[in-house]
Amino acid sequence: MTTASALEMVLAAVVLGLAVWTIAARDTFAAVAGFIAYGLLLALVWVRLAAVDVALTEAAISGGLGGVLLLGAAARLRSSETLASAERPGGVLRLEVALLSAAVAAAIAAAVLFLPDPVPTLAPAAAANAGATSLGNPVTNVLMAFRAMDTLLEKVVLLLALVGVWSLAPDRFWGGRPGLLHYADPQGVLAFLARLLPPVGIVFGIYILWVSADHPGGAFQGGTVLAAMWLLAMMAGLADAPPVSRRWLRLLLIAGPVVFLIVGLAGLWLWDAFLAYPAGHAKPLILAIEFAMVLTIAVTLGLLLAGAPERSAEP
Amino acid sequence: MSAATIFGLCAAAAVGLGLYGLITNPQPLRKILAFNLLGSGVFLVFGVVARRGAASGFGGDPVPQALVITGIVVAFSATALAVALLLRLFQATGSATLRAEAPPRTGSDATAA
Repeated sequence: MTTASALEMVLAAVVLGLAVWTIAARDTFAAVAGFIAYGLLLALVWVRLAAVDVALTEAAISGGLGGVLLLGAAARLRSSETLASAERPGGVLRLEVALLSAAVAAAIAAAVLFLPDPVPTLAPAAAANAGATSLGNPVTNVLMAFRAMDTLLEKVVLLLALVGVWSLAPDRFWGGRPGLLHYADPQGVLAFLARLLPPVGIVFGIYILWVSADHPGGAFQGGTVLAAMWLLAMMAGLADAPPVSRRWLRLLLIAGPVVFLIVGLAGLWLWDAFLAYPAGHAKPLILAIEFAMVLTIAVTLGLLLAGAPERSAEP
Repeated sequence: MSAATIFGLCAAAAVGLGLYGLITNPQPLRKILAFNLLGSGVFLVFGVVARRGAASGFGGDPVPQALVITGIVVAFSATALAVALLLRLFQATGSATLRAEAPPRTGSDATAA
């Protein structure tokens, strides 16, 4: 392993500085901005760690959708800020917590410094079995074949989170449209971008999914880009969020996990194991799951960000 | 010192900072931010271990990398749910505080909720 380059040193220092800023900044808005910058630079760290698939996810979530979510919340909670900051704990408690946190950080640092050499790794096993699916990207192989159960459950978690968000709707808006109605100047920059970017973004999102068989990318990263395009149109006021009781919406939301489960159960029935793929036909099945999944992910993420229903179904 | 080790130390610091912010900051949104920072540090440790496990022509062990991708998705789901809960609390009570004694319910939504 080579020593760190100057670029990596500077990157680590800036990431650390932004982490401190996220915690120490007085203003919540400034802290969120710091956290978004932290997420984007963390994506560069992931690239330096030879994990480009993770870098794409990190950039799309921390820098993109997560940023929109947290900035929106910070804006809506602005008036509660001064009240809450009066509840700050005393100096002694803060000192104790600082010592505890430092001890935890030191323990993790020690674990990193004294990692066993050679590190236990599953890379040879992943390489040896790569031929079974004829996918060139080892991470996609792990996500969609070797540990497909994790990916299936992850999609169910996304759906459960959305059910949780929807269940926060006041009774009178049950099944209504999520979030507040967005107004934007129809001649403004936002509306212009919301017309210009989606065609490019939709192609790009599907491209990220398509190349993920052999190159970095994946259904989640692609779905995030599609969700961002939908949100852009919603925020510019060009498209209103649909009422959450719509049948087509519910079908899109369950399409991905349902296709995944059907393939999984077919594996149990035909090939002796849950989520087993038949030899030689793994790739078409994985692509079918991923295409159903990308639509589900895009719709789920878009609605997660839109929030709980706050308006009645009628516009 | 290798780049992976430097980033590993960074990850340890992020976990420590996140833990400190989670406990000491009274604002719920700041706690959510701090918790995400803590989580990103944990994910980064995974990335460092994956990088150290590079073998068979891969730049890193793909299994922890895939686990991190799943982890990021689950963390985002939890964050979105936490933010929605917080906004609803603010909507229903007019304040966003975690104090034990709930402030009086005010606003138009209190009767309907």
